[in-house]
Amino acid sequence: MAKRIDVTDLNVYYGGFKAVEGVSMTVEPRSVTAFIGPSGCGKSTFLRTLNRMHEVIPGGRVEGKVMLDDQDLYASSMDPVTVRRTIGMVFQRPNPFPTMSIYDNVAAGLRLNGVKNKKTLDGIVETSLKGANLWNEVKDRLNKPGAGLSGGQQQRLCIARAIAVQPQVLLMDEPCSALDPISTLAIEDLINELKNEFTIVIVTHNMQQAARVSDRTAFFNLKATGEPGRLVEIGDTTRIFNNPTEQATEDYISGRFG
Amino acid sequence: MSTVTGVSAADQAPGPDGKQPLQGDRASTGRFGDRLFGGAATVSGVVVIALVSLIAVFLVVQAVPALMNNSESFFTSRVWAPGGEKPAFGILEFLWTTVTASTIAMLVAVPVGVAVALFITQYAPTWMRRPAAGLVDLLAAVPSIVYGLWGLIAFAPVFKPVQGWIESALGWFPLFAPTGISGGTIFFIGIVLAIMVLPIVTALSREVFDQTPIAHKEGALALGATQWEMIRTAVLPFGRPGVISASMLALGRALGETIAVTFLVSALSDGSPWTWSLFNGGETFASKIANNAAEFSNPGKTGAYIAAGLVLFVLTFVVNSIARVVIERRKAFTE
Repeated sequence: MAKRIDVTDLNVYYGGFKAVEGVSMTVEPRSVTAFIGPSGCGKSTFLRTLNRMHEVIPGGRVEGKVMLDDQDLYASSMDPVTVRRTIGMVFQRPNPFPTMSIYDNVAAGLRLNGVKNKKTLDGIVETSLKGANLWNEVKDRLNKPGAGLSGGQQQRLCIARAIAVQPQVLLMDEPCSALDPISTLAIEDLINELKNEFTIVIVTHNMQQAARVSDRTAFFNLKATGEPGRLVEIGDTTRIFNNPTEQATEDYISGRFG
Repeated sequence: MSTVTGVSAADQAPGPDGKQPLQGDRASTGRFGDRLFGGAATVSGVVVIALVSLIAVFLVVQAVPALMNNSESFFTSRVWAPGGEKPAFGILEFLWTTVTASTIAMLVAVPVGVAVALFITQYAPTWMRRPAAGLVDLLAAVPSIVYGLWGLIAFAPVFKPVQGWIESALGWFPLFAPTGISGGTIFFIGIVLAIMVLPIVTALSREVFDQTPIAHKEGALALGATQWEMIRTAVLPFGRPGVISASMLALGRALGETIAVTFLVSALSDGSPWTWSLFNGGETFASKIANNAAEFSNPGKTGAYIAAGLVLFVLTFVVNSIARVVIERRKAFTE
């Protein structure tokens, strides 16, 4: 159910612009890896290369290698659609499909996979909503529009939608940045539960959040404006926060910049 | 309900002075600029409503006396002899021609227009999008007389063998039965109308498809949707109300299109037998009225034409209302 990601020497480009340079790292299965760093350092861009979502933006391409266990995600025979079915994603702003009910939102990915059986769908929708800690709040209004929920509920709906297709890895791009503290707490609790089943990578601007939810933390930075972002260091979250190897990490964490 | 997030209960809470935050009318400050603009907007709104109502009143007032004198059934007769001592007129033929020709136009124009819009917004390479969109907008601006000319001189000869082929292959079916008429048949006019309204459907659909939030598209793609699946889950549902509005606008134009139809139509001679065939001729409301504008010699005669115009007016009104209802019914599921 959960797989390891190995990235080797990855460069990310948008057209002629090199956005991220030379990233190598391992993301451990059944753990939470947090990416922190100042705005524009390429952490979201890098996250999107892990399920080939960066290719959606015209001109987006990579050099280097990303392995999911023993599968090369950028092999020429690999279909990006397959990659995205294996590696799910939750976005910064909750984006439930506005024309769909709560039920249909969760079932959307399954239907794309060709699941039609009503019983199977019912079962997975319920499990996924329970998995996203949303079931009790919405079980009586599954046919109401997903857009009618609060921001925090919408984000948990999006998480339910992502986990309904049973991905190997779940990528989260600042999933709490549009939410109030209570909704944020609910999502963080949820991440703690989800890591028993999934490999989770989360980008966050909030260092306390990284410290609270992650097992390992990666710090990204750029040398100067206009330069590509790069990975400064990655390690156990406690070590990164208490005893970072690099001066830049220390400076960022102690609030001296960023 | 908006999907804008980051909204919390605090946004609705009373401010420090205990007043609700400014919303709707309360946002109006009563300053000169506000009053001027508010007044101008109100007047414009009232004028539009008044205009439509006055047109309706005009049509009814003019039509009723003629209808009272009518010795035929207005809706089910095909006779058109509004002049003379005993006026007799019915609109069956115009109603049939107008509705079928417009239906054919919509059946062709809406799917093709939506497909073209999807191509321009989703599939075409970036460099091609703007020129293609501009071209479509330009097509929408072609005057209808030009379509009429083109239909008569260039398209009719090309369409003739097509009609012959359909008649020989599907002639057993009443809708496609041969009638001996070629050129300005209902079917042909429907196709020309389709080409005329295609740019309207395309231009407006393109506009809404283009506005599909990237978040929705990425949401679908991140679930492992292919491009077409992404279009089905994100773009089409988002654009649906816009496509319906575009179709209604197009249908309105098709129903009321006058000059091109007048140009092309094969009028039927009096007393020709009724057929269900789309390869029959026949006047539409608009072409009948336009063709006979010279005949408005006395109020009784004029009233007959105005009554026909009134039916067209009501027809477009009904079509638009249905579209409103369709859009409204799904409103909770749109932003």
